[in-house]
Amino acid sequence: MNVAQTIFDGLALGALYALVAMGLALVFGVMRLINFAQGELITAGAYSLSLTGSLPLIVSILICFIVCVGLALLLDIAFRRLRGADPTTALVATFAVALTLEAVWTIAFGTNGKPADLLSALNTSLTHGSLQLRWVTITMIVGGAALLAATALVLDRTSIGLQMRAAARDFRAARLLGVRTNRVIAFAFAMSGVFAAVVALLYTVQVPDVTPQFGLDITIVALVGAVTGGLDRLWQAAAGGFVIGFANAALGDILPSSQRVYVTTFLFLLVIIVLLVRPDGLFASLRRVNTDRV
Amino acid sequence: MRLLRNTVPLLGVIAILVVVALIGESTSLATQQDFITALVSVVIVYGLYVFVGNAGVISFGHISFVAVGAFAAGELTIPTEPKHFTLPGLIPLLADHSVSNIASLAIAFAAGAIFALIAGAPLMRLNGIAAGIATFAILEITNNLLSFDTNIGPGATTLSLVPTSTGIFQALLGAILAAVLAFAYQRSRRGRLLRATREDPQAARAMGVNITRERLVAFVLSGGIAGLGGGLLVHQLGSITTNQVFLDLTFITLAMLVVGGSRSLLGATVGAIGVSLIDSFLLTAVNSVHVVFFNLTLPSGSADLGLGALMALMLLWRPRGVTGGRELSLPRLTRLTRRPGSADKRGAA
Repeated sequence: MNVAQTIFDGLALGALYALVAMGLALVFGVMRLINFAQGELITAGAYSLSLTGSLPLIVSILICFIVCVGLALLLDIAFRRLRGADPTTALVATFAVALTLEAVWTIAFGTNGKPADLLSALNTSLTHGSLQLRWVTITMIVGGAALLAATALVLDRTSIGLQMRAAARDFRAARLLGVRTNRVIAFAFAMSGVFAAVVALLYTVQVPDVTPQFGLDITIVALVGAVTGGLDRLWQAAAGGFVIGFANAALGDILPSSQRVYVTTFLFLLVIIVLLVRPDGLFASLRRVNTDRV
Repeated sequence: MRLLRNTVPLLGVIAILVVVALIGESTSLATQQDFITALVSVVIVYGLYVFVGNAGVISFGHISFVAVGAFAAGELTIPTEPKHFTLPGLIPLLADHSVSNIASLAIAFAAGAIFALIAGAPLMRLNGIAAGIATFAILEITNNLLSFDTNIGPGATTLSLVPTSTGIFQALLGAILAAVLAFAYQRSRRGRLLRATREDPQAARAMGVNITRERLVAFVLSGGIAGLGGGLLVHQLGSITTNQVFLDLTFITLAMLVVGGSRSLLGATVGAIGVSLIDSFLLTAVNSVHVVFFNLTLPSGSADLGLGALMALMLLWRPRGVTGGRELSLPRLTRLTRRPGSADKRGAA
């Protein structure tokens, strides 16, 4: 039954990184900006859950969403100046903002973890022999798929979604045709805030100990996954995030125990190989013309 | 006169480095360490600049060359007697030899360059964000191997007992050497070809420039300079862990380059010295703030907050960096000397 357990572990980690990767891809789509501060949204949401632990569950969750979306909109205002900036500068700037926020968490809450275990009921697992499947894994996969479907619907069927797709395809042309770019970008940030809140909710079930680095670490891995999958399309980024999570968990189970400390090495060797063979992403369409976009 | 005019940017940068070293020399021994740190940061940032500035491609991988240089120089200068005892797992090549300080720095340069050649050969055809992530993968792999493989390093423990031979004079010499190398490269035929690919890849390719090859040349040189920076770093600190040459250093050195202005040697210099000294100052200040009547103990993280906020504001306010990618030049210099006020502003920012 070991194979089944490996698959379950992989699904859990993969779904988590897919959710983070989708948040990154939403903002990248409209702004060509890799927002490292996405991880700080997750951390902020997790701290809000920890601080409101005594309130009714639904209120606490609502506050988490408000905090994440609110902070995302603040980031949007701060990053307006980065539009059209050199990609390297923009990347380093979002990283600087992320580190600043991390320092804020450190000052406000200390480096020791804060407990946040609102949805601990999800930690119980279905067991079958030695096989374990935690409810949170199921929630994550179902929730992740539902969110992806909902986002696809918004992008496909609503006016703002159409404008977002237009802006992602050709920002200047969309602007010339009357798409209100500030609104579109703000909407993308708000949606990335929603994704961050969902990640905060579900990740605190697995790691009920919120530290200042809570969100940054998973964001970096999710970014690697998103680029490996392809940042240009939402589902490609999500699939890339999923694959890197799955590969990470699977490598940990497959490698002999003496080699297990080298999971990172094997994982990133795979990333390099994928990028060399498919520079636009594992799932990017083959027909697309190779352009030096960034 | 023409030679002078051509080398003014380099001479100006060297003058800045010498002034920093002289100020460091005149301060207390404790404060002097901050100035040595600044000069060592300059070397590492020059390494980054030779590739990122000239090619216009981001690299998250250069700190792996710093790490390789640091561990090679560190492990090879520890006398063999304690080394057999403290690092029993090392391969004979590293375990049975002990070299002098200068030789170890040359080895650090060579190790960084060779590693950059091996890593860069397959990666240099990548562009944009794919190149960024691939170089990040190199950083992760290097850190992972150095942290666990006791054949080549101390594993999870600290590499200690390294002779602390990087004083302010040696750090200055290292920085000047790196500046000369970086400047010679950017003014050479190869450097200009690479800068052309940065400005317009299609046009450069049409003129027959082999982008992949030019990038690899810069990558190898920058890897060597970064390795030298690692060698100087380990000889300053005397002991080092793999996490000291990992994500934090990657971010701070990239920030130094971008804050100063990633497209000029002057920008790399100003950014590295400025951010490094501000960082040291904030760390000291946080530990001992005197507010008129009582000593205030600021919470941990205050220095990070100050530095992070400063860099974020700087980048949002001036995305092209402090220097805006300009080098020092003679007409500018003479104009500045006529209006000393503006010269001060430029240097201090």
